[in-house]
Amino acid sequence: MITLSKDSMKIVKDQDVVPFRARVKECAVKVKMGLVNQTKLITAASELVRNMLKYARGGETLIEIINQGRDNGIRLTFKDNGPGIADIPLAMKDGYSTGKSLGLGLPGAKRLVNEFNITSVVDKGTTVVIVKWANG
Amino acid sequence: MDKIPILKLGSFLLVTIQVDLYDRLALNLEADLVQMVNKTNAKGVLIDISAVSIVDSFMGRIFGNIASMCKILDAETVVVGMQPAVAITLIELGLPLAGVHTALDIDKGMNLLSSKIEKDLSDEDEPDDEDQ
Repeated sequence: MITLSKDSMKIVKDQDVVPFRARVKECAVKVKMGLVNQTKLITAASELVRNMLKYARGGETLIEIINQGRDNGIRLTFKDNGPGIADIPLAMKDGYSTGKSLGLGLPGAKRLVNEFNITSVVDKGTTVVIVKWANG
Repeated sequence: MDKIPILKLGSFLLVTIQVDLYDRLALNLEADLVQMVNKTNAKGVLIDISAVSIVDSFMGRIFGNIASMCKILDAETVVVGMQPAVAITLIELGLPLAGVHTALDIDKGMNLLSSKIEKDLSDEDEPDDEDQ
């Protein structure tokens, strides 16, 4: 897998999600991703950024354009230094939430992208990496 | 502080969302809208999201909340103009927006609201009504 471009963005407040979504969209357009896939990717990104803000008071995101064979895609990394998730399988269940939300964020985001990877260490933080291929 | 304008249109309220929503803005809209329904005695609320390219679980929940709150205040809510890509994404996300009425465009949304309100009125019709 080759990384064609790399861009990082800090998320510390609510409004930061707007330029972040715009930046993701820009990259998605660059790899000629269709509108439906773009929308899915940005929605998933929006869910993950919200989690970062809500549970870890923000964090760092990485937006990459990647290439594998004939496929181009976007890889997004969401890294925070929050409380971490003790039981990841439980957190990935539909309808489970420790906050007062619908509990759709993580499982929903996973359904919207092609690759979804979550690692977490309690009291250290959580990192989520998602990939959406342009034709995926 | 950004604010989404709420327009009064006869007995309806019209909200056209033309900016990228973030959580605080959506929450403010919810509060403003419910207060406006109360203040203006509106019977219906139209929310035009044709310029909104992203609806995630939080915004979906806000639309649901607005509809439920307005319902308690005796106003119907219709969300109009959803982009097809947004509809596809919402379903895959697992948020079917149950309880929120939708229409393809503002015209159809207006018709839907009018018919709902008429139906409510005729249901409540009683022979000893004062103004009959």
